[in-house]
Amino acid sequence: MSHVTSAVRTPLVTGGKTYADVTEDISRQVEGRPTREWTIAFTISVVVLIYGTACVFWTWWEGLGVWGLNKTVGWAWDITNFVWWVGIGHAGTLISAILLLFRQKWRTAVNRSAEAMTIFAVLCAASFILMHMGRPWLAYWALPLPNTLGSLWVNFKSPLVWDVFAISTYFTVSLVFWYMGLLPDLATIRDRARSKVSRYIYGAFSLGWNGSAKTWARYEYLSLILAGLSTPLVLSVHTIVSMDFATSVIPGWHTTIFPPYFVAGAIFSGFAMVQNLMLIIRVVFKLEDYITIEHVESMNKIITLTGSIVGVAYLTEFFIAWYSGVEFESYAFINRATGPYWWAYAAMMTCNVVSPQLFWSRAIRRSIVWTFTISVVVNIGMWFERFVIIVTSLHRDYLPSSWAMFHPTLFDISDYIFSFGFFFTLFLLFAKFLPVVNMAEVKAIIKSSSEKLPVSVSGVAKGERVANPTFNKDVD
Amino acid sequence: MENTSKRYWKGVEELRNDATFIKNANSEFANPDETSLDSDSLLGGSNTQRRDFLKAMGFGMAAVTLAACETPVHKAIPYLNKPEFTIPSISDYYASTYVNNGDFASILVETREGRPIKIEGNPLSTISKGGTTAQVQASLLSLYDIDKLKGPQRGNASIGWDVADREIINALNTVAARGGAVRIVTSTIISPTTKAVVADFIAKYPTAQHVMYDANSAFGMMQANQTSFGKAAIPSYAFDKAETIVSIGADFLGTWVAPIAYMRAYAEGRKIGAVGGGKKSMSRHYQFETGLSMTGANADYRSPIKPSQEGVLAVALYNKVAQKLGGTTLGSVTIDVPHLDKAATDLARTRGRSLVVAGSNDPDVQVVINALNSMLGSYGSTIDLNIPVYTRQGNDLQMNGFINDAKAGRVGAVLFFGANPVYDHPRGAELAEVLAKMPLSLSFSDRADETASLCKYITPVPHFLESWGDAEPQAGQLTLIQPAISYIFKTRQFESSLLTWAGKPSDYQVYLKNHWSTTYYPQSTGFDSFDSFWVKCLYDGLFVPQNGQTVAGATTFAGNAAQAATGIAQRFKPGTGMEMSLYEKVSIGTGSMANNPWLQEMPDPVTKACWDNYAALSQKTANYIGVTQNDLVTVKANGKSIELPVMIQPGQADNTVSVAIGYGREKAGKAAAGVGKNVYPFAGILNGYVLFTAGSVTVEKAGGNHEVAQTQTHDTVMGRRAVVQEGRLVDYVKNPTAGRYFPKVVTPEGPVDPANITLWHGYGKPNHSWGMVIDLNSCIGCNACVVGCQAENNVQVVGREEVLMRREMHWIRIDRYYSSDAEAEDFSGLEIASANPEVVFQPMLCQHCSNAPCETVCPVLATTHSTEGLNQMTYNRCIGTRYCANNCPYKVRRFNWFKYFDNDNFDYHFNNDLGKMVINPDVTVRSRGVIEKCSFCVQRIQEGKLTAKKERRRPLPDEIQSACAQACPTNAIIFGDMNNPESTISKVLETEMTERAFHVLEEINVRPQISYLTKIRNKDEMPKQEARQESQV
Repeated sequence: MSHVTSAVRTPLVTGGKTYADVTEDISRQVEGRPTREWTIAFTISVVVLIYGTACVFWTWWEGLGVWGLNKTVGWAWDITNFVWWVGIGHAGTLISAILLLFRQKWRTAVNRSAEAMTIFAVLCAASFILMHMGRPWLAYWALPLPNTLGSLWVNFKSPLVWDVFAISTYFTVSLVFWYMGLLPDLATIRDRARSKVSRYIYGAFSLGWNGSAKTWARYEYLSLILAGLSTPLVLSVHTIVSMDFATSVIPGWHTTIFPPYFVAGAIFSGFAMVQNLMLIIRVVFKLEDYITIEHVESMNKIITLTGSIVGVAYLTEFFIAWYSGVEFESYAFINRATGPYWWAYAAMMTCNVVSPQLFWSRAIRRSIVWTFTISVVVNIGMWFERFVIIVTSLHRDYLPSSWAMFHPTLFDISDYIFSFGFFFTLFLLFAKFLPVVNMAEVKAIIKSSSEKLPVSVSGVAKGERVANPTFNKDVD
Repeated sequence: MENTSKRYWKGVEELRNDATFIKNANSEFANPDETSLDSDSLLGGSNTQRRDFLKAMGFGMAAVTLAACETPVHKAIPYLNKPEFTIPSISDYYASTYVNNGDFASILVETREGRPIKIEGNPLSTISKGGTTAQVQASLLSLYDIDKLKGPQRGNASIGWDVADREIINALNTVAARGGAVRIVTSTIISPTTKAVVADFIAKYPTAQHVMYDANSAFGMMQANQTSFGKAAIPSYAFDKAETIVSIGADFLGTWVAPIAYMRAYAEGRKIGAVGGGKKSMSRHYQFETGLSMTGANADYRSPIKPSQEGVLAVALYNKVAQKLGGTTLGSVTIDVPHLDKAATDLARTRGRSLVVAGSNDPDVQVVINALNSMLGSYGSTIDLNIPVYTRQGNDLQMNGFINDAKAGRVGAVLFFGANPVYDHPRGAELAEVLAKMPLSLSFSDRADETASLCKYITPVPHFLESWGDAEPQAGQLTLIQPAISYIFKTRQFESSLLTWAGKPSDYQVYLKNHWSTTYYPQSTGFDSFDSFWVKCLYDGLFVPQNGQTVAGATTFAGNAAQAATGIAQRFKPGTGMEMSLYEKVSIGTGSMANNPWLQEMPDPVTKACWDNYAALSQKTANYIGVTQNDLVTVKANGKSIELPVMIQPGQADNTVSVAIGYGREKAGKAAAGVGKNVYPFAGILNGYVLFTAGSVTVEKAGGNHEVAQTQTHDTVMGRRAVVQEGRLVDYVKNPTAGRYFPKVVTPEGPVDPANITLWHGYGKPNHSWGMVIDLNSCIGCNACVVGCQAENNVQVVGREEVLMRREMHWIRIDRYYSSDAEAEDFSGLEIASANPEVVFQPMLCQHCSNAPCETVCPVLATTHSTEGLNQMTYNRCIGTRYCANNCPYKVRRFNWFKYFDNDNFDYHFNNDLGKMVINPDVTVRSRGVIEKCSFCVQRIQEGKLTAKKERRRPLPDEIQSACAQACPTNAIIFGDMNNPESTISKVLETEMTERAFHVLEEINVRPQISYLTKIRNKDEMPKQEARQESQV
């Protein structure tokens, strides 16, 4: 892998950082005491998690009747939340796998957090799979486990079974990819550790990383292999999730456009979530030099692209509903836009189609505040997209006698809040105890142009095992 | 036969006659030394012997087995001594009779191990012909009502029967000694033997009088027949013979006089094609009424009128018919009601085959109707005065007199049986005030109801399923009531109590037998002894005397119609004021079974509302008052005031409000508590006749709202011809596919039938193919199937709150669609029902699709297809993802959102041991978190197949029936094996498959096992939905 870097290319890391600076800047928050901001955020997250857990427990104890679902609308917030979290979970793998293959080196500053976000988001999604079941204690029946019940097997025709495979595969590969990428950095922290405990723990988790050329070579090969493996997964997971709907007979669900539309939507929401998390991290952990405005801008461009794809998909759906001449399909879409849930549809269109178009303005896509706001708006919009697809399709399908409205209850809302508590608790633990930026990879891109490093290597921190400065995996 | 005995050897040693084997052959236990485990090698030198090992193993096995017992079985007590003729898990059927006040049905009671679990219609009955109504089906649950009294009471204190008898006899004697009046106040008693008992009682206490009244009185009609024909009786009507039926405010399919008889006959007149014996004609039905009743919903032409117009309308109709037939008119009245001329023309045209009925309790109106029927030659053809119907015998004047007497202190003792006048009489409040002052007041009610709780004594009677008795619903029709279970509580039959107090032998069974022996046995032929006659009658449940007990007499109209018309005209005040109409609901009726959760949860056929009554207003009136659905309004009339939620009712006459009686039971029990409001006090009394109407009503917005729980909230079919297909009779006669809709899918090869495009190979149905045909023409929307299914399949009651959440559990429902005036594609317009809509009832249940969308999506194969065409649900495999329910195009799958049994939040019959006795042991009670749905009564299919197999034959055609098909009083549901060419369903489909039969949502090609037959209206105009489609083309 060799490439030529232009002398005029803007540096990916600003502030004239040296290798030592990188190590110091990123390891600082792992080694130091928790900051006040972190403590406050963590406390809030844990409180939310405890409240949410209590509500989830009650949901399981009493039955799903505590939600607002009914005989007509059998899924609402549960599956909306599930698809929403899975969608968010797409950005991490996209950044670490596809952008790796496309040699987008700016990704190195954000891939670690994005992958962590992916894993936690998939966990949140999985919690809704369990939660939405009438008898979650029998969830393992959805796995093709050998059993003593004779020929009892799962139904391989069911998209829910495909989901089980898709999500578990995605989760496993993402976890391995993320953990594997952590190894050199865990070793760095191990080597810098002052207390026996942390040396022991980080040592154990770094799996005996020794920084030898051979180790690095294997690390590189594995990265590449996992990137290759994950790339189809980025496309497959949401394709399969979309098939939960696309293979059904319900007007508004039964649509062949769903796979690409869902994948684009997933990347769209995933990047928006990455933006939100990164913008906070870079301020709280003072990583402005690593996560620069260039990063923000690049991701905003992807958001605009995927947002536009999603917008085109929305319009295509409408066109096809009319063009097909199927009365039920046509009505499903007219009802989406003008029926009792018109406001959800309007929210979706505004948030997902209109708001990312603001990024055509350079000033807006380079503005931290605008980026943050629009990213939040995009995720609200993407939540509504799933709500619109699920609820407005179900609530008025074939027989008008069964048409019904869905109204969320306290438990619908609280069980959603649970997933936020769960997500942020995990993410904050990650942010505190693991390096949020991939030090090893960032070091490789400090020199992004053919110019000499502005500052010579000096002031190696005590105890640091200097990463091979001449090693650049992309050059290798 | 050759000797096949062989010698078996236990091992090679035995075969070889090994020496060691022979040595030990006779010792039972082998030598332990030789057979102990090789302790060194196996157990590491321990001293564990083989026996210890086996003991340990045995204990371990037992412990593991015990630990693995997930669900302990509670209270499954086997018979210590098995009763003779009772085979566990095999049902016994007893013929009996459902009697509730005046309502009647001849029934078969299915019992399992001595407890009734289901009521079916008795097919031998010539009145109900095997049909049932929702109330009949639900009456079973009242047997297991936990709120009933456990024994006699003095005030609130429980006393023994001996104490009660002593005190009551003393009190009666005291009253009698003083010459004080004794009044037995009952609802209609259709039992001749009970009347004999009452006569015996009166013989003992000569000051006693029997006062009969009905909450839903038909006394005006009886009076009118008295003046017109000299017979104070209700004639029997032959709705099947009538070609033109005009009903003025009579809900004869739902609640009027004897609906169970009228339903079947009416449906006969409406059946066409294969189900109608090939006929291509049907009756034409005009309905003039205030609120939209179930009967009105079935009419071909329906016109809303104000309650005060009923009489004038009858006169106007008379005059118009008279003009056409050359008769004399009855003074001039002017009334402009749509379809009136048309109705008159049709009546005159079909003279001799016409029938006019009116629901009014005003004798003047009924006299005019009698005159009209007489002019039309209905007597002798569609009306038979010689076979009077006895199901309403209440005398309003007597009851009014009783209340006057009671208020004046002229009543010494009162006994209430089957009567709750404090609740259901307009003057109930007046009676309540004086009851306490009476020397003796007593109620036979099974619970401390509104009247009983004010009485000094309550001597509760058992349920009819615990009782002996007989009934004579119409002349020449006798049925028997026999107990299907022994007394659950310490109750005693009304008759036994009266006999005891009259100083006679109190065994009513003996009395009944004696009465039949002396009265009816002589009328029978072909029996060698009374015992064989009695056994035969008990077995059949009924007895029809050979000579036919008709009441002879004149049927020439001798009344004074002109005088009646004058009376009507004098009382009629044309105006624009608001008027009120009280009506009975098909489910709750007069309110006597209000504590029955099945009936409370049964949606009203028209409004689809349950667990409430409400003020039905037309949209126009509601707009005028400034209220919308569920807003509370204050209704004031007759000096009374009540707050009710609004129900916007298409078809309701403008400037009228309709409210159902039977609600607001305060003392009926848990299920009825707080449900609705009592509107009996609003009923007017005209010359002593109770009229369910009130004039000068004000309806005002009260502020606040109360949501009415409805199982269907969207009223129209949105122009979807894939769902409901309907046509006109005139077109049908020309082309039997009239009204059919043939969807096509466009492919590159051109439009094709959707059934020809499929990904699936389909399932073979080599043996049986269970299917159903539902005739939309004969479905009247009565919901008997819904309650029948609920009883058969242990379907849970969820209560008002959960129905509001749209979570009712019924496996079969009746979709009711109103027509809309909007054009196709005007979707917001299509959502609004017409002001006076056409109505379609469509029973909807699992369609048992051959390409079932639910089956492919279940991740765990909990729902699968059988080789007999059934879509099966395996509850204990279900993990509750609800994907199947979402993917069901018919939305018939139901999810157990909560645990509905043993749960105080659902305090209905599944929350107490008594109530649980109604459970059908053949059907699983579903746990929380699983999906359930219609199984086509797979337990009945299985039972039928096993019976046939045991008898080494194929199941007979139509031998196996689903609960809904069996309950249906109009035979609108036909269930059977489509692979058996002899079955009714096969015969019907043979011709109808290419004519009227259609599948709902044919174009998605799920290939249901259920076919519907198009709804055909006998109208000259195009049905609204049809017309819209035509105009679109």
